[in-house]
Amino acid sequence: MIGSFFAGLLSGSISAGTPLLYATLGEVIAERAGIINLGLEGVMLMGAVVGFSTTVQTGSAALGIFAAALAGGIFNMVFGFLVITRRANQLASGLALMFCGVGLSALLGAPYIGSRIQGLNEIRIPLLSDLPVVGATFFHYDILIYLTVPIAILGWWVLFYTRWGLSLRAVGEDPTAAFAAGKNPYALQYQALLIAGVLGGIAGAHLSLASAKTWAEWMTAGRGFIAVALVIFSKWHPLRAIVGALLFGGAIAFQLQMQARGVPVSPFLLDMLPYLLSLAVLAIWGGARGHAAPASLGRVFQGTE
Amino acid sequence: MGEAGKLTAGTLRFREGRLLSLFRFGGLFGLAFFVFAMVLLIFGKNPVRAYADILSSTLGSVYGFSEVLVKMIPLVLTAAAVAVPSKIWLINVGGEGQLYIGALFATWGALNFSSLPAWILLPLIFVLGFFGGGLWASISGILRARGWVSETISTLLLNYVAILLVNFFVFGSWKDPESANYPQTAPFPDAATLPAFGGTRVHLGFIFALCSLILFYLVLSRTRWGLEMRAIGANPEAARRNGISIARYIVLLMFIGGGIAGLAGMSEVSAIQGQLRPNLSPGYGFTGFLISWMAGGDPLGIVAAAFLLAIISAGGDILQMTQGIPGSVVNILMALILFVVLARRGPKGGGR
Repeated sequence: MIGSFFAGLLSGSISAGTPLLYATLGEVIAERAGIINLGLEGVMLMGAVVGFSTTVQTGSAALGIFAAALAGGIFNMVFGFLVITRRANQLASGLALMFCGVGLSALLGAPYIGSRIQGLNEIRIPLLSDLPVVGATFFHYDILIYLTVPIAILGWWVLFYTRWGLSLRAVGEDPTAAFAAGKNPYALQYQALLIAGVLGGIAGAHLSLASAKTWAEWMTAGRGFIAVALVIFSKWHPLRAIVGALLFGGAIAFQLQMQARGVPVSPFLLDMLPYLLSLAVLAIWGGARGHAAPASLGRVFQGTE
Repeated sequence: MGEAGKLTAGTLRFREGRLLSLFRFGGLFGLAFFVFAMVLLIFGKNPVRAYADILSSTLGSVYGFSEVLVKMIPLVLTAAAVAVPSKIWLINVGGEGQLYIGALFATWGALNFSSLPAWILLPLIFVLGFFGGGLWASISGILRARGWVSETISTLLLNYVAILLVNFFVFGSWKDPESANYPQTAPFPDAATLPAFGGTRVHLGFIFALCSLILFYLVLSRTRWGLEMRAIGANPEAARRNGISIARYIVLLMFIGGGIAGLAGMSEVSAIQGQLRPNLSPGYGFTGFLISWMAGGDPLGIVAAAFLLAIISAGGDILQMTQGIPGSVVNILMALILFVVLARRGPKGGGR
């Protein structure tokens, strides 16, 4: 009983945490380049709607994911143009992007409301998936879930162990110094935002293709903002983001488990925990360098004229 | 406090030539309207009819116009909630949460003291709404004043906590047993309902919104506090050396800003909804942030921007009926307007 409860909780956390983790990883990369994108919600919605409509049209969920990634990347370039080329305020641009995504996805998705798709298939791994408990907990997922941890590790490696990652983080800390060292802050920030958009689009696609298998207006329901909070919680680190996404996803899964067992527990207080924990994490570590946000996060590189 | 203010810089430019910039803004908006028309065309809708529907349904009748004013109330209040702290470069992205907590406190007062007469009950829920929103924002103010957490991040995070807190009560102990499965509180007593004007839904909150802008302007330009705020805004280090307590201003201005957003929540729940529901606001707090940003924190600019966005938001409902377009599609138009303004503002002194 207890065992199956925890197994269910863990597998629920993994499923619910997956879209959060993709979006968070993208936002970590963007914020490491000094750009905070509150429009992630809109990017995810675009990914969700484009992924879903493509899947309905072509019958292929793989094409759907690809289209969603592309849509997310392109949509985020609008934001990039505003905050990088036009040097606009990042918070305002992000919120505007969110509103744009809400509207555009509603328009694109209107013909597909009520459409049904087969969705993303579960991939069973021979032997492993047949193990009792462990098989049901860790090996009955779709491809996007299996890929979360490898992608997080890849993101960590790229950010901290490649020349490109070093340059990107340098831009996020001090674009002027990075420029003086021969880097091109604009190009790096565009690249970071492209990756963030692609990952945000995939995050949205997982919602519409794997979790819900349907399209509904504003189906992300604030997950884009949760991802922004998660970035803070994971202190701008891709590997800690895995823990964060599991925890945030776990809050969702815990309610489902309790409800399934008929235990009357208010989901709302539980849902607050991740946000309060994020705040606490910041308050405790916020002052110390090395744990803090990239130094020029939210600021605008004014060029060198 | 190294964050040079986008909002402050915007204000200065706006004052330099208000008329000129209004013309410029007109041209920019034209571009946004054109792009939105193109989007509608691509999706096989008739943009001319869409604009005609929006205009005739909002500005074409007394009722339509009054509904625009109704929409303006929470937008102006949440924009003022952002503008007040922005004078010392505080970035309050938490108007949404402060609105919810204001509504929560006001609901508590309205339901627990429902037997009191209106002349006591209305001021009571006013104070409670203001106090609730203010308290919520002061959390961020204190965290910032102590140098622990940036107010941008904490106000953003506390939005969700606030909405969840309202859900907790509305789905839980405050749920009206009469309402079957609907998560909502018992209806407000008549004595706790803000009066409306002349058969429309324009309620007393409109006066609160205008008064808060006027007070904001007067305090900023005519009082010692305003002078000190401007001093902090211009040069925090110099202000500190002249004995101005910056920490006190941070907490105080966050409290006042949050309080004004709380008034938006109080007036929505009392005058429009009549009972507390989970979906109290369709993102007024975020729209308010954008309005204040567009207006550069300038009171007149806030009224103008809120008026424009209220027309668009009211137009969404009508497009759904006449054109069969999802109502949230007007968000595209709103975003396009913001995009052109954002892109226009950029090159000189952009960002913070």
